[in-house]
Amino acid sequence: MPPREGIYGLLAEFNTPTELVDATNAAYAAGYRRMESYTPYPVEEAAEALHFHTTRVPLLCLLGGLMGVTTAFLMETWINVWGYPLNIAGRPLWSWPAFIIPAYEWTILFAGLSAAFGMIALNGLPQLYHPVLNAPNFRNGATTDKFFLCLEAHDPKFSLTETRAFLEQFPAVSVVEVDH
Amino acid sequence: MATKEPIIDPNLDPATGEYAVIAPGHNFKSVTQKISGIVLTSNTPLGWFFGLIVGGGVAMGVVVGITWLFLKGVGIWGVTIPGAWGFAIINFVWWIGIGHAGTLISAILLLFKQTWRNSINRFAEAMTIFAVVCAGTFPLIHVGRPWLAYWLMPYPNTMNVWPQFRSPLAWDVFAVSTYATISVVFWYIGMIPDFGTLRDRAVTPLARYGYGLLSLGWRGSTRHWIRYESASLLLAGLSTPLVLSVHTVISFDFAVASLAGWHTTIFPPYFVAGAVYSGFAMVLTLAIPIRKFYHMEDLVTLRHLDNMAKVMLATGGIVAYGYGMEVFMSWYSASHWEFFMMWNRMFGPMGWAYWILIATNIVIPLTSLWSRKLRVNVAWLFFISIVVNTGMWFERFVIVVTSLYRDYLPSSWGTFRATKWDYMIYVGTMGLFTLLFFLFIRLLPMIPMSEIRMMLPQTKVHKGPKDAEVVSQEAS
Repeated sequence: MPPREGIYGLLAEFNTPTELVDATNAAYAAGYRRMESYTPYPVEEAAEALHFHTTRVPLLCLLGGLMGVTTAFLMETWINVWGYPLNIAGRPLWSWPAFIIPAYEWTILFAGLSAAFGMIALNGLPQLYHPVLNAPNFRNGATTDKFFLCLEAHDPKFSLTETRAFLEQFPAVSVVEVDH
Repeated sequence: MATKEPIIDPNLDPATGEYAVIAPGHNFKSVTQKISGIVLTSNTPLGWFFGLIVGGGVAMGVVVGITWLFLKGVGIWGVTIPGAWGFAIINFVWWIGIGHAGTLISAILLLFKQTWRNSINRFAEAMTIFAVVCAGTFPLIHVGRPWLAYWLMPYPNTMNVWPQFRSPLAWDVFAVSTYATISVVFWYIGMIPDFGTLRDRAVTPLARYGYGLLSLGWRGSTRHWIRYESASLLLAGLSTPLVLSVHTVISFDFAVASLAGWHTTIFPPYFVAGAVYSGFAMVLTLAIPIRKFYHMEDLVTLRHLDNMAKVMLATGGIVAYGYGMEVFMSWYSASHWEFFMMWNRMFGPMGWAYWILIATNIVIPLTSLWSRKLRVNVAWLFFISIVVNTGMWFERFVIVVTSLYRDYLPSSWGTFRATKWDYMIYVGTMGLFTLLFFLFIRLLPMIPMSEIRMMLPQTKVHKGPKDAEVVSQEAS
């Protein structure tokens, strides 16, 4: 990755979720697309304002579950029919009703791990460094009680002066530059 | 209840007459400070050290007991023929049942949108994990040659020996290991945003570094939150069938055997209800002293205690039905063996255990929990929680021992007498549980901060005139 220099974006701090959602809606309407908001708890309206609706986490979860059930059932079948056939009181080797139970458990195991690690991977975590953590006021509030909107510099519409003026028309506590 | 006196209490919600879920007057900052303060403070309360030392001291029982067990073999326990299952299986079922309430609170109540659960969710999940740790120990040390316990797992080996999947023992391995894994993952995923908060509020570099690593660099991005919420909901949806299956599979250990008193179809639902019953009792046993000690009465309010007592009342009712149905079926089945088993269970040499079970699981809790006054009486509730946990242990004792020690062949009848090693390891696991729990409340946020923030009235987003503008622009 080439070394990045200069400005990552402009970060506006708000006191309430309503102010954040209003500002995000206005920024979207003004044509900004490369932006992200940061909140101390999930704010659905903020995601709507960013026009971010769908996630692929459920799809990963489904694929994981299908993989789990198939793996477990085929494994049990192979082991008990071909790998190590044992005569247990004359019961059929392919006792599929009994195989359902471990297969059921592995469906849940694989689906759950896919959902959890899939979410982490889609979020690009772990990522211990991120430019917004450089902002002096970010760590004081973003995970406690403040709401942030970051308009990022790689947006074609971004201009340090105009974007700053745009953000300052909202009741933001502060608007600060974020360095890479 | 026809003539209701108007209640004047600031903690009561005037609309519903219920206790408020969070006491009034909190904001984002105050809840964050209050919860993170317990972890980040440099002044560890003396009481915490006291609890840690007591827990650690009692946990020595596990270390000593298991060491002697490994040297001598399972003969040091009271298990013998015909009572080949003793304390190890009783304790295993008891501990894993206790764990069930944590998953119920974190998963099922989340799906039902019971937001009051947010305050008790984290430490109930921690309770689950520590209970599964204690539970998992017992089957492993009960296998006789514990150094070969890994043979239970299906893995390619030069002996070409594989597990036998028609056996409930193999089902247990899959159910309990999945339960432990998913519980840990769900617990950790739930803590990631709170680790972010702790990283940002930590004063010492070590705490900042440690919580920073654990937070994976969480920064509260909205896109991350949406995926996070989606994953949490999926994990809750997956944990719900999981928790119901785990105690079902454990009940199969009994129900699949053709022993009178074990071979019944009522076992799966009756085991699951009993698990939830004992689990909520354990949550109360833990929550009541902790909320007092850490002054958490405004986050874990009487509403929580009241609701948990109601869940206990409902599940206790199911358990009572299960007991009644067992007695009925032993008569209705017209099976001589079933009839004798029940007579022996009630009036045989170990009949006392059955009557302790009826008194502690049914009579004492189910008569008193109907009263709202007693449900919000903290001292009484604490007492009830201990009583129910005792009762649920006796339930497993009765099931395991009374069916085994007098089976079909009177010439092989025997008895069961636990040894000091049985007691030492059992009490030791309680110490281990306490030790782990004390470490948890000191090092990890015991109440989920991000979820508590969501319950505050400040979270509401007002649709202002700006919204209308945007909508009209988009429409045009």
